[in-house]
Amino acid sequence: MAKQPSKPRAQKPKGAPAATSASDDTDFLLHSLQDAFEANKRYNASEAEMLEFYRQMLLIRRFEEKAGQLYGLGLIGGFCHLYIGQEAVAIGLQSALNPERDSVITGYRDHGHMLAYGIDPKVIMAELTGREAGISKGKGGSMHMFSTSHKFYGGHGIVGAQVALGGGLALAHQYNGDGGICLAYFGDGAANQGQVYETFNMAALWKLPIVFVVEDNQYAMGTATKRSSAETRFYRRGTAFRIPGMEVNGMDVLEVRAAAEVAFAHVRAGNGPVLMECNTYRYRGHSMSDPAKYRSREEVQEQRELHDPIEGLKKTLIEAGKDEADLKAIDKEIRAQVAESADFAENSPEPEPAELYTDVLVEEY
Amino acid sequence: MAIELKMPALSPTMEQGNLARWLKAEGDQISAGDIIAEIETDKATMEFEAVDEGVLTKIMVAEGTEDVAVGTVIALIAGEDEASADEADEGKSQASTEAKAEPEPEAQKDTPAKPDPLAAKKVQAAADPDIPEGTSFTSTTVREALRDAMAEEMRRDPRVFVMGEEVAEYQGAYKVTQGLLAEFGPKRVIDTPITEYGFAGIGSGAAMGGLRPIVEFMTFNFAMQAIDHIINSAAKTNYMSGGQMRCPIVFRGPNSAASRVAAQHSQNFGPWYASVPGLIVIAPYDSADAKGLLKAAIRCEDPVVFLENELVYGRSFDVPDVDDYVLPIGKARIMREGKDVTIVSYSIGVGLALEAAETLAGEGIDAEVIDLRTLRPLDKETVLKSLAKTNRLVVAEEGWPTCSIASEIIAICMEEGFDHLDAPVMRVCNEDVPLPYAANLEKLALIDAARITEAARKVCYR
Repeated sequence: MAKQPSKPRAQKPKGAPAATSASDDTDFLLHSLQDAFEANKRYNASEAEMLEFYRQMLLIRRFEEKAGQLYGLGLIGGFCHLYIGQEAVAIGLQSALNPERDSVITGYRDHGHMLAYGIDPKVIMAELTGREAGISKGKGGSMHMFSTSHKFYGGHGIVGAQVALGGGLALAHQYNGDGGICLAYFGDGAANQGQVYETFNMAALWKLPIVFVVEDNQYAMGTATKRSSAETRFYRRGTAFRIPGMEVNGMDVLEVRAAAEVAFAHVRAGNGPVLMECNTYRYRGHSMSDPAKYRSREEVQEQRELHDPIEGLKKTLIEAGKDEADLKAIDKEIRAQVAESADFAENSPEPEPAELYTDVLVEEY
Repeated sequence: MAIELKMPALSPTMEQGNLARWLKAEGDQISAGDIIAEIETDKATMEFEAVDEGVLTKIMVAEGTEDVAVGTVIALIAGEDEASADEADEGKSQASTEAKAEPEPEAQKDTPAKPDPLAAKKVQAAADPDIPEGTSFTSTTVREALRDAMAEEMRRDPRVFVMGEEVAEYQGAYKVTQGLLAEFGPKRVIDTPITEYGFAGIGSGAAMGGLRPIVEFMTFNFAMQAIDHIINSAAKTNYMSGGQMRCPIVFRGPNSAASRVAAQHSQNFGPWYASVPGLIVIAPYDSADAKGLLKAAIRCEDPVVFLENELVYGRSFDVPDVDDYVLPIGKARIMREGKDVTIVSYSIGVGLALEAAETLAGEGIDAEVIDLRTLRPLDKETVLKSLAKTNRLVVAEEGWPTCSIASEIIAICMEEGFDHLDAPVMRVCNEDVPLPYAANLEKLALIDAARITEAARKVCYR
């Protein structure tokens, strides 16, 4: 596994005359955002911002570790997809959103995206354990969680469905003129679904305010991207629809945040969608029942040791003069918060049997 | 102080596994993420990763041990001193979860009380609005009635918009959206590319985001490309979100056989959608119902599949001249009262059933004709009440017989109306074949009034 970002960047042909203006370069739009991003690749965060990113990424990491433990204990059932390793993507992007107006939608690996939008870890964990206090009253589970009050629209179990649904959320933002944008996450696996391209077409045609984010964690279940995808530089896949692409190191929260600034400004200005590829890596299996036979231990270990987003930010913070003891204190605080949500999730009762019949329909007929 | 490592459940169904190999020995320092053991199940060999840090003090289950139950303590880790307070807590919470986890299987034995089927239906007896004495009627085609319903609702609620193929500039592939673009403009009457899966998803997402989309499928045959969003996205979300996230959307368009368009363009999807909890399925017959029910569908907080019929679009029926004619969802309509036999139908079948009833009347058989109008939720009460009166029942359905609405009505009559039956319930459905193109074969495949008449005679033993 090469270091992130792992793929060769598309290069302008050598000797090609530099376009002097956008009108001379018909493909200007397609690479202009990447150019702007390259010019200033790391977000210039204040110490307070960096500490907040650190805290949020650590919350996701510890939450997911705890979820893995509870799964092992049989308290969480079914499918449980952990976000460990990918934390910088959710935090880098969502920290740049306005939670009052911008909507977020994702697939089944959704715990991290929810935590990044400030949803209480207690009700997420209680949903994972299938309890009454869960955010979906225990009826959705890990893959199907929503919080309309946080403008988080799921949590969708069908690979790729959230992309078209996200297009609809963006249409609603545009229709209502509320100034909001939609952030729609999907994986490198979903990137091969047909409806993704149907949505790209309509989003570009109608200039919908949406940022499509491919979280390329290198494997669709157990299939490496190069074994499933003819074009693994996913940011180029919007080209046919004239959607500008961006390629971002998803293991560095400050790079992700810098890219978010560029992309969101473009979309907010009414220029239509952006396709952003965040190269990242999931340390754990696809779900809890993953034989892990499709990649080597060394590969995973290398990612953890050399590219871990939390360790990376920690290094930046210490270089900037932050005391390591302060960071340890944050870790301790997060561990306590996660332990509290686990206790809450374990102690909440299961849903009442009568809950079986509620919420099938909204109205009575 | 020690952290207990327990045999993990590596899949939803795993109850035990073999401890194939220890990759760490007693005394080794463990970091989070280290692979400490390999666990073998009947499906695969999996790696057991450490979550906690510390020293592996004791291996409790030797490698090579088979059938180790999930939850068995397999090793102990001593944590770092500075973290001991946290870990002691964690150890405690793990121990307590185990104690709590045990009685769970018992909880599953509680079978939830099934609601009394009739009690659940009692809510309020929905009835068609009274049409005041002296109300005038206007003869309107079904096509115009549907358009009027959309236009009225779009005037009433700015969140309502229409999207689909050829709905705007072309004025509707079947002219159902004629004139809407001129009145409401391109923001609210949106031509889509030919991309059913995509625009059904965008429509569903827009509904989740607070709008009231009407998604037109040029025909429901093409909605098969989009059925994932209709069922997985629209129908299930309210339930999966514990009632938090609604999807108030109408998917509408012509359903069932048209004329000479052969198998891929001729199918009744009523039974498919009617089998899905979370959906409302409406299939009106005449203009007044088309108008009143489409208005109700657009106002409805639940996702609605609204099945029209191309062959009926051009037929004219009277529509009452009342402001805001809205009909109740889930309420069948008695189209013709009778005492000898009940014919239950919906959509285009209602016209054939009425024709059959005329013929039967000439033979001295007084048939009652019921138009179900809504296929889900089904108005069982009206059907059962009629059965109690006539004691004989025929279902006429323009669609395949297997797993049909007819099958469902028959099951209801067996389960809840058995004592009222004087004859077996019969179904008159299309032939169980893909619809052929040749005119003669097509005619043979589809239901007609003669077949309904014959079935009615049979249940009357005539």
